[in-house]
Amino acid sequence: MKFREKALIMDEASIRRALIRIAHEINEANKGVEGVALVGIRRRGGPLANQLASQIESIEGIKPPVGVLDITLYRDDLTTLGPAPIVHRTEVDFDVTGKVIVLVDDVIFTGRTARAALDALMDLGRPRRIQLAVLIDRGHRELPIKPDFVGKNVPTSRQEIVSVLVKEIDGEDKVVIEEVVR
Amino acid sequence: MKLLVKGGRVIDPKNSVDEIADVLIIDGKIAAIGRDLSVDGDEDVVDAEGKIVCPGFIDIHAHLRDPGYEYKEDIITGSKAAAAGGFTTVCCMSNTDPVIDDGIVARHVLRKSEQAGLINVLPIGSITKKLEGEELSEMAELAREGCVAFSDDGNPVMKSDVMRHALEYAHMLNLPILSHCEDLNLSRDGLMHEGYYSTLYGLQGIPAEAEEIMVARDVKLAVLTGARLHVCHVSTTGSLHIIEQAKAAGACVTCEATPHHLTLTDEIVGDYDTNTKVNPPLRSEAHVKALAHALASGLIDCIATDHAPHNVESKDCEYAKASSGISGLETAVAVIMDRLVHTGLLHITDMVRLFTVGPCRVLGLDSGTLTLESKADITIIDADAIRRVDPATFYSKGKNTPFKGMELRGWPWMTISGGRIVAREGRLA
Amino acid sequence: MRFDRRKDLLGLRDVEREEIEAVLETAVPMKDIITRDMKKVPTLKGKSIITVFYENSTRTRTSFDLAGRYLSADTPNLTVSTSSVQKGESLKDTIKTIEMMGPDVLVMRHSLSGAPHYVARNTSMRVINAGDGINEHPTQALLDMYSILERKGRLEGLKVVIVGDILHSRVARSNIFGLSKFGCELRVVGPSTLIPSDIEKLGVKAYANLEAGIRGADVINVLRIQKERQHGALFPSIDEYRELYMVKPEHLALAADDAIVLHPGPMNRGIEISTELAESSRCVVNEQVTNGVAVRMAILYLMLGGGRDEIAC
Repeated sequence: MKFREKALIMDEASIRRALIRIAHEINEANKGVEGVALVGIRRRGGPLANQLASQIESIEGIKPPVGVLDITLYRDDLTTLGPAPIVHRTEVDFDVTGKVIVLVDDVIFTGRTARAALDALMDLGRPRRIQLAVLIDRGHRELPIKPDFVGKNVPTSRQEIVSVLVKEIDGEDKVVIEEVVR
Repeated sequence: MKLLVKGGRVIDPKNSVDEIADVLIIDGKIAAIGRDLSVDGDEDVVDAEGKIVCPGFIDIHAHLRDPGYEYKEDIITGSKAAAAGGFTTVCCMSNTDPVIDDGIVARHVLRKSEQAGLINVLPIGSITKKLEGEELSEMAELAREGCVAFSDDGNPVMKSDVMRHALEYAHMLNLPILSHCEDLNLSRDGLMHEGYYSTLYGLQGIPAEAEEIMVARDVKLAVLTGARLHVCHVSTTGSLHIIEQAKAAGACVTCEATPHHLTLTDEIVGDYDTNTKVNPPLRSEAHVKALAHALASGLIDCIATDHAPHNVESKDCEYAKASSGISGLETAVAVIMDRLVHTGLLHITDMVRLFTVGPCRVLGLDSGTLTLESKADITIIDADAIRRVDPATFYSKGKNTPFKGMELRGWPWMTISGGRIVAREGRLA
Repeated sequence: MRFDRRKDLLGLRDVEREEIEAVLETAVPMKDIITRDMKKVPTLKGKSIITVFYENSTRTRTSFDLAGRYLSADTPNLTVSTSSVQKGESLKDTIKTIEMMGPDVLVMRHSLSGAPHYVARNTSMRVINAGDGINEHPTQALLDMYSILERKGRLEGLKVVIVGDILHSRVARSNIFGLSKFGCELRVVGPSTLIPSDIEKLGVKAYANLEAGIRGADVINVLRIQKERQHGALFPSIDEYRELYMVKPEHLALAADDAIVLHPGPMNRGIEISTELAESSRCVVNEQVTNGVAVRMAILYLMLGGGRDEIAC
């Protein structure tokens, strides 16, 4: 399958502005960032969590700890896929128990990834509270899950593909809508 | 009863015939061979144009399993398989139950073969009672009842003194000993040829020397006793060297090779397909090449199938537990034609010799020719017929063959036994 | 061939380097799971993995059992008692019976080479060979390779020596097949009666002398000597074996500076390996046990984690 870029949703500057806003919201919602840690969901949630942590640091002077969660082993769609997806490491070097954990992902769609991430996170310990931050909410939820912090709401059709690109993986920061080219 | 086989290429090595000719059969005997034999209308005519007309093929080494193992094969199904495979004479080995160590068992074989009424079945008596390798069988009685040779095939005679006495005694009767040469102490738990592939496949190996040591011993004993020794299913270069030397020195030593040892290597054991399990084991490429060369050079006296049919249960199991052996009567000619004759390794007239006068010389039989007045046993080959080996169509009860699924060129086209057409294109007439 | 596309894992002879890499890479996050408090992920919930052992081996069986459980699969064991074999049931029928009970994977150990290959041809279950006769023990070799990789950071170009009864060792054979795909320099050491013929044609150098074989080695894999082999007149006595082939700390001095020692276990201390060596930090035998679970989790995940539609049978 080939994809074609249909529309640019966010550029580097608008992503940065959205993350700064979310950083403020996290700070406000938790009355400071004491006991707050960020956990990005692989793959693009990881770099976003790092950027978010840097923004928080520039606001509050404290950089919250950042971890990365691989949710492959918690997915509910393994048997409907072709080959077994590649499993990566979960790298959360701090104890999650008693902390406020902000899960960070690029896009929320059906909510199934967030569900898997909740399970994966709770297998690591017992956080005091879990919040969810996403850069894009594109709708079409299949589970009763609602993000606490959203960069941008983007109404989409189910057939469209929302791609978040990050410098660390893709070489640039932007968000685009793509469609399949026949 | 007249039958005219018209226009085929007649190859009769004994009489040095290789020409296009008609063969006329009257009352089960060869009545005339020549061009454009006149037709008077009351004979059946077989149009053999483009086919090769030979004396009936003889297999001096087959296991027909009867009596005792009729669930693997019996004289009737074995005879059908032989006829379909182009053989008019088959010698059956003594490892039945009871063993052919007594005249009455030999008589059973002959009587049942008469019932089958298809081809000649000649029994081979055992060397020792119950194949135990200890006491000699009553060889004179066995000879009187029709046994054409003696063999404990499947079980080597391990004791050298017993073998010596067997050779001496058989010599007195002017019959050969067909020896299964294997040093059991050396082959022990072996499952395949010892070498690169046994190491690669993780199966215990059987060194070539397990065979060669016993070939050497038996050759020495043949020289000592002056007896006729025939080495069964020779499979290694070392055995060939020993036999070559013995022959050069004038010893009465002959040998046979099987179609599978002549064409298959140990590499094919890799999938642990029990159809590849056979004793002696399939050897490495160098041995196989040397064997084919020795066949063409005349060092090997005849081709024998070592037809070893097994029931499904004996093969559908773990490799180590499987019985050894290949069901060979219905593929032997096609395998040799396809792999040796069509590849230029063996001349067609040599192939005919190896299936006719060759085995006759080993056993001292005067058949294997198209000499006038001799019994009209004829095998006709279609050198260009192409068929795939399908064990499901075998007349033999044994469907165990590593040639399964192979497409082979050159098949028996007709088998005539005693002047009667018994098989045509692999099917019984 | 991709590892997650194969129906069975019967040996490393026909497994490609890329497949081995996939297993070794997947085993890393699996090991993380074993070492945390919550040692369970829901990945293979609803799958079942049956272990059928025709030969005793508590450790391999337990390793598979735990690997399956950590991934939330059910892992029943079938104890093949000698009596059921004596009742005359064929292997084919036993396996068919098991298949009809519905497990997804059959983990099998058998005393006869090629038995799992025979079974794999006759069942729709996926078959993992947990050791067959003197042929292969692929999961042991994969855990050995993982242990080497973890300590050395690479496999490429390492000098690996295997010491002991090479002839009857499925561990040796699978290690040779696996490591040779990574360009390792392979050697075997043992009495000439226990070295298989034509081993050099597998790209392996054979040594009868322990010192010569160990010189410069990065990895020394010491095999368990099976005392019953002695009755086959393959070596004169345990005493003489110990004298000639027991690997001791002074042998490490001949090896590369940071050489490590592996042993598939259970060890005969004081026979093939000295206690001082077995307990030194260079000996990774305990890590091998943990890694064995991780590697088997990786194998089970790769074989069962995806959908079944596109599996090449």
